[in-house]
Amino acid sequence: MAETVLRAAEDGALPQIPVGDWIDTGFDWVTENFSPVFDVISAGTETGVEGLRDALLFPPPVLLAVLLAVLGGVVRSVRFAVVSLLGLLLLISMRMWEPAMATLALVLVSAVIAVAIGIPIGVSAAKSDRVSAVLRPVLDFMQTMPAFVYLVPAVTFFGIGLVPGVVTTIIFAMPPGVRLTELGIRQVDQELVEAGHAFGSPPGRILRGIQLPLALPTIMAGVNQVIMLALSMAVIAGLIGAGGLGGVVVTSISRLDVGLGFEGGLSVVVLAIYLDRLTSAFGQRRGRLSGFPSFLSRGGTVTASPVATSRATDAALPGATTQNSPTEPAR
Amino acid sequence: MPAVHAEGLFKVFGRRTAEAVDRLRDGASVAEVRDRGAIPAVIDVSFTVEPGEIFVVMGLSGSGKSTLLRMLNGLLEATAGTVRVGDDELTALDDKALRRLRQERMSMVFQHFALFPHRSVLDNAAYALEVRGVDRATRRAKAQEALALVGLEQWADQEPGQLSGGMKQRVGLARALAADTDLLLMDEAFSALDPLIRREMQDQLLELQASLGKTIVFITHDLNEAMRLGDRIAIMRDGRIVQIGTPDQILETPADDYVRQFLADVDRGRVFTARHVMVEAPTLVSPTAAPAQVLQAMQDHRSGSVLVGDGDGRVAGVATEDAVRAAVAAGAPSLAGLPLLPPVDVRATTTLSELLAPAAQDEVPVTVVDDAGRLLGVVPRGAVLAALGGVPRPAPSLSRAPADPVGATAVTTKEAVRG
Repeated sequence: MAETVLRAAEDGALPQIPVGDWIDTGFDWVTENFSPVFDVISAGTETGVEGLRDALLFPPPVLLAVLLAVLGGVVRSVRFAVVSLLGLLLLISMRMWEPAMATLALVLVSAVIAVAIGIPIGVSAAKSDRVSAVLRPVLDFMQTMPAFVYLVPAVTFFGIGLVPGVVTTIIFAMPPGVRLTELGIRQVDQELVEAGHAFGSPPGRILRGIQLPLALPTIMAGVNQVIMLALSMAVIAGLIGAGGLGGVVVTSISRLDVGLGFEGGLSVVVLAIYLDRLTSAFGQRRGRLSGFPSFLSRGGTVTASPVATSRATDAALPGATTQNSPTEPAR
Repeated sequence: MPAVHAEGLFKVFGRRTAEAVDRLRDGASVAEVRDRGAIPAVIDVSFTVEPGEIFVVMGLSGSGKSTLLRMLNGLLEATAGTVRVGDDELTALDDKALRRLRQERMSMVFQHFALFPHRSVLDNAAYALEVRGVDRATRRAKAQEALALVGLEQWADQEPGQLSGGMKQRVGLARALAADTDLLLMDEAFSALDPLIRREMQDQLLELQASLGKTIVFITHDLNEAMRLGDRIAIMRDGRIVQIGTPDQILETPADDYVRQFLADVDRGRVFTARHVMVEAPTLVSPTAAPAQVLQAMQDHRSGSVLVGDGDGRVAGVATEDAVRAAVAAGAPSLAGLPLLPPVDVRATTTLSELLAPAAQDEVPVTVVDDAGRLLGVVPRGAVLAALGGVPRPAPSLSRAPADPVGATAVTTKEAVRG
């Protein structure tokens, strides 16, 4: 029986579903009808990223490196400042400063947009189980679809260059921002939200005054993840001409230049560590310049660092208490 | 007008809730309704809370008491029935009006304190005022006052995380008091505290209540707490109120076996206070009274001692029969120079178990005095034992003891007193 079915399938008795064709048709239609919209998006993002890149390249590299290191020292620790200064000086000495700043500009612009879209979506998912249920498979899709696949439609819409790089980066990097925002808000002790209602706070005020501040460590862990994913995607976007360190890596592959590839890769690592430690410190300090946690003790994972996430999550649950009454959304 | 009035209140969770209410009204059992997917939490509850009283809702977990409380401020919407707060029908208000009502008329204290960890103690206490739109200076001043009421004024700038459980709940109480609402809803407010701290908080609440006179709806699963705090108690079981009454009424005439079972656990020695067992105070004997007349009055009443006043309503001391007789023999004109025994004073809030030791000595009657030391009544020794043993008292309070209490006979004849 099973054999018959298998054979039938091989023979083409099972209809072929032309998913690919449908997608193609759909994309063609979108491209034809919405090209003015894409042009506007293109122009906007291009101006943004290039403007930021030029701004980053305007001061002498060493000066900017020192400024970035000082920033690290302020939010985190002196040791972090020293280590990041060494890393950034290494970028300059490897003559990787220019592509690194191009990548940094792309990452920052994409991450800001991803966070600006992701946090409101996360908030609405936290408020409504229905939104959350709809969103979950969409986020799964965005996260598990191989990153390269995003490149193709992005190129159809925006052509080769910086803009499809930004767009794919935003799509790829957004999910953790949404997820951790939702998680953070849902984890806020229900009794505190109830207290807000009991004293007659309107919902918007409860969100701003109670839920968001208490979810902040978790949300910041999400922002950290967004930046890390944006960095990894920004490098992949080198394949479609987004330039920067991705471009360097792509060039090294096409030339089989091991040395160049390693320099490009090492630069990515330096940027990644700097951005990760910097943003996770923002998440942990909760509004004040606290402690100087050891830089080296935090392990060396570059992207998705579960350590940072779980820590921030724990912090979001001060003495997690349970409610003893049947829960129902308060009016 | 009652402060809170609930009429035919239902809360049903789950599916087909309206149908479930109809069926319950028609006399269906909870199990029948459950089979159809509805989960009744509060069933046909009606009660009235008078202004200035502490109304305690007592029940085990799952009895629906917290759900009931949350319907009183609209955190949960009633499935059926009405709630009136003052002259507003809460169950008919829209969201905006409901929020205003909560801001201005009621505040809540939570079981797990529900303090905002990211705000200072002072800002926590000021929260309700902040929501109401009170300006910063005023609300901080009021919050500071509320913190002073609970004795935490020095902790205003700390974060709640630095406080102990009892202190946290004091902040919770201060937050509710700062709102200066007439109605205070307290949801198992002291249940998460250690027994010692819990008692302290109960005392503090009673003290505050004596001066502030709020209307308090207090939820608890602890009958001893209910008896200590409540002017009236509603006992809930499986979503229904099985009995409403004063602590005395409930102790004396439990509505059913369920309530009786509960009462078995009541520690009468801690629930009842001198206020419950004291009888009307005998008129104090003036120090200028003639010893012979006093002695005559004592013999008439077969009493071993008299309370001698200081002329200002306070007890100066106790004169024993022997001392009075000695004064007569010595021909003293008045009781003035008589050696008096020191009075044994207790307060109206002194519990029976604390009364046992004072009542055990036999020469001096136990006198109940107020804060100024003025005599309120005396505690007949037999009444302490009777109350501990659950013997019902004939009349509610300040009645004359049925039998002549040892050593506490009133010397009431004017001649005897005024001399």
